[in-house]
Amino acid sequence: MTVPALQLEGLRKSFGKTEIIRGVDLSIGRSERHAIIGPNGAGKSTLFNLITGRFPQTSGKVRLHGHDLAGMAPFEINRRGLSRSFQITNIFSNMTVFENVRCSLLWSQGYKYSFWNMVSRSRELTEGAMEILEQINLTSRAQLPAGVLSYAEQRALEIGITIAGGADVIMLDEPTAGMSHSETDYIVELIRKVTENKTLIMVEHDMGVVFGLADYISVLVYGEIIATGRPEEVRANPKVQEAYLGAALEAEH
Amino acid sequence: MDLVVINLIDGLFYGLLLFMLSSGLTLIFSMMGVLNFAHASFYMLGAYFAYQISMYLGFWMGLLIAPLIVGIAGAGVERYGLRRVHQYGHVPELIFTFGLALLIEELVKFFWGNNLMAYQEPEILKFALFSVGANAVPAYKVFMIFTSIAIFVGLLYVLTRTRVGMIIQAALSYPRTVEALGHNVPLVFMGVFGVGTALAGVAGVLAGPVLGTFPGMAFVLGSIVFVTIVIGGLGSLWGALAASLLLGWLTTFAASSSFQFADLLNFFGMTRPEDMSESYLRDLWSLTLPQIGPILPYILMVLILVFRPYGLFGKRDV
Amino acid sequence: MTDTYQKTATVTKAPVFSMAQVAPWVIAVIFLMVLPIAFGSNSAITIMNQMMITIVFALSYNMLLGQGGMLSFGHAVYMGVGGFFCMHLMNIVEANELPIPLPVLPIFGGLFGLGLATIVGSFSTRKAGTVFAMISLGIGELIAACSVIIVAFFGGEEGMPGDRTYFLPFFGTEFLRQIEVYYLIAFWTVLSALLMYLFSRTPVGRMANAVRDNPERAEFLGYSARWVRFFSFCGAGFFAGIAGGLFAINYEILTETNLSTTQSGIILLITFLGGVGFFFGPILGAIAFTLLQSVLSLQSEIWQLYLGALFLATVMFFPGGLAGVLMMHVPAARMGRLGWLVGPYLRTILPALIGIAGLAALMELLFHVRHSATGDTDMTLFWVTFDSHSILPWIVAIVATVGGIWLARQGAPKLRETWHRANTPGAAKTTGGAA
Repeated sequence: MTVPALQLEGLRKSFGKTEIIRGVDLSIGRSERHAIIGPNGAGKSTLFNLITGRFPQTSGKVRLHGHDLAGMAPFEINRRGLSRSFQITNIFSNMTVFENVRCSLLWSQGYKYSFWNMVSRSRELTEGAMEILEQINLTSRAQLPAGVLSYAEQRALEIGITIAGGADVIMLDEPTAGMSHSETDYIVELIRKVTENKTLIMVEHDMGVVFGLADYISVLVYGEIIATGRPEEVRANPKVQEAYLGAALEAEH
Repeated sequence: MDLVVINLIDGLFYGLLLFMLSSGLTLIFSMMGVLNFAHASFYMLGAYFAYQISMYLGFWMGLLIAPLIVGIAGAGVERYGLRRVHQYGHVPELIFTFGLALLIEELVKFFWGNNLMAYQEPEILKFALFSVGANAVPAYKVFMIFTSIAIFVGLLYVLTRTRVGMIIQAALSYPRTVEALGHNVPLVFMGVFGVGTALAGVAGVLAGPVLGTFPGMAFVLGSIVFVTIVIGGLGSLWGALAASLLLGWLTTFAASSSFQFADLLNFFGMTRPEDMSESYLRDLWSLTLPQIGPILPYILMVLILVFRPYGLFGKRDV
Repeated sequence: MTDTYQKTATVTKAPVFSMAQVAPWVIAVIFLMVLPIAFGSNSAITIMNQMMITIVFALSYNMLLGQGGMLSFGHAVYMGVGGFFCMHLMNIVEANELPIPLPVLPIFGGLFGLGLATIVGSFSTRKAGTVFAMISLGIGELIAACSVIIVAFFGGEEGMPGDRTYFLPFFGTEFLRQIEVYYLIAFWTVLSALLMYLFSRTPVGRMANAVRDNPERAEFLGYSARWVRFFSFCGAGFFAGIAGGLFAINYEILTETNLSTTQSGIILLITFLGGVGFFFGPILGAIAFTLLQSVLSLQSEIWQLYLGALFLATVMFFPGGLAGVLMMHVPAARMGRLGWLVGPYLRTILPALIGIAGLAALMELLFHVRHSATGDTDMTLFWVTFDSHSILPWIVAIVATVGGIWLARQGAPKLRETWHRANTPGAAKTTGGAA
């Protein structure tokens, strides 16, 4: 059996006396598209933040390609091949769209903290950035400051920044939150395109997006995973229907 | 022993003075996320206003009116200046208050000149209340200590026991929620800024006669106050109290000690060089503790930052 | 700082520097070469030397504030310590007759500034924002206070003097004359500015902007925000040290004033007035400030009050500074519409200037009445001498103030409207043709 891309073992997190994540075990295989769903306040974002090193876990382990991530800062985790987006748009709004993408390429192209290279002289950087812009359809916006883009464009840019570094595990936190139907369709297509052959883990509320995109779904309720499986299995799971999906599915019909 | 008691009283006096400034500063910081660089300037304004008022109406009216004017001025600054700059972010806010500090100092020079003002404590308190050994303790100092303690107790009562205090505490952590509940958060902010600056004003009124009323007084105390809240931990009221008292006593004891670094060097088996002009350690041989007293707070700050980056009582995520 | 952004290098396929990038530097070099020919007097050269040193210092400060988002209240320390070290080196060279030419001295100042920045930066760059600002203030105060205690290094209250003429002659030059020093400083100014500009184009320079805008996001791009800040901080310390070396060469003495927090405050003021959002902002700020200082300080005793008011107004109304205001006009200029604005500008700014002059006159009058020696009622203002206790000057000043401001307010709506139209593509010069 191959090493899973991401593995969580008995992950727990408490804030004061409140336990938000209550023992999560999860294994996500390579090139799998895995969605984490669950009602509000289930701890999805906290789980994301634990995996990406924003908060330290109370106990348990997070393994990326078999390596324990304990005690690593976000930038160290990122260098090991994990990249994430944020629930609230998180871009460099004073810099141009092109700069945003180029900055996200710097580390993976080995520039590190160098102060002897000129970024504008590197053909790889410029072309790499233009390629990403092409993928996220923002080529025509390249020289605009990122802050003036429309909301959907900013979300697209955020996805571009997230994938640009070449990480093979991509985590997206509610990539379609606050979007119209057409915008959602556009972003879903974009995600499908840019995460080809990569491991995708996402938190999402829109069931259309989840069932359209995910290979596997995990349901998180009150800090515990109550079910994991193929979309149709999860849909049929009575526990899930009771806890969460029932209401949502009924509402859809 | 007598000296220790005197130093304790003097240190308490200085520490409480620091706390009167650092508490307002902390309150404003934890509410609005902006460190008011001009806080000590309001302290200076308090002293100058009180001086001007005391010339016509006497010290006590000055103590009453001057902080009020300072508080109103502070609220005005928040309403018409800070609120405007707020949209640009925290760093421009800090730069704004820095500019304000410059301007206030220049305005004070403009109206009152560069000299020390003849602002004095009231006649009624110009006597030695009691003496410890050969050292007399002026009644004014004791009066100041009790006044500031009374103010803090009052403040603590308002913050923890009244409705307004509850709203303020809630607005500290969840301004959006409090706003959604129908409270006027900008007004609360303005009020807190006003009260914080008024508190600084009180400190100025009280300290003016003792520490001197001159255009540099804001700067002299100001940087120590900032060091205080860094040591205490930004945003922590208890940290501000602990650090204020710590610095108060530290500087007072250092100033009165007779410790010489030459003794320390001798203790380590070093001998005083004959020709001092050639030795690079010559400054160390002539150094005394009172000399480095004024920089002790800064040294302490560096040490704290190296070993405990979030201050004594600071929260990690400030 | 928020609405301004570093201009991007254009996305060209050819990896060479374009004409547009090289031209300003060539012009600057030629300009600096011929400047002393146009203004050859000693006092002019003194001012120009001071200006260039300030430019290097302000640019290094903007590596922190504008590019890295770090607000420092203690940057003078790095310049001062670099300068003091150069003073010592000067004295050592003199005592031991070391074969070192003077022009390399600033490098050593820079290295010492870098060393100090490395130590301080190791714990101060953990956080940006308020925490960084407070630490910089504390360190600044600490070192400034040390200058009085550690006499061996800082020379106590008299300061540390030296003599620049004992160095190895540099192509026959012994730097006895001001003009020779001018060219030395000019060389270092251009070199430092160029290096700082190039630094902003490097990976770590680009990431400094990213960390300034959003440190958390930068961490998820593989960069430690702290290390990025640390490198900017060290760079800023290095160039501040070079400025200190130039100061040492030019003035041949450093005192505790060079380290003081006042000095740090002034450089913040200069940089912000010039504009932190653009590379050339601090250069404008340094030039404007030095000129303003040398003119105003001769004319008025309360010039610092004006400066404070100007600074506060800039923070509140023009957070982009001088450079920001200039760059605001670029879109209109690209469309060839700057001409539209001339009329409305004249109608608004001219009266506003009169109003400000009137206000300044009022302040000067008030100051004179309050603070001049009793019996001394003569004062000179705007090249006119009059009696400050008579009523006429007051009336003139009040009329100028009120009238000027009123007229400016009358012109403002028209200016705003024209401004809007000049910046809207496809808009006509006037509304509705001849209406």
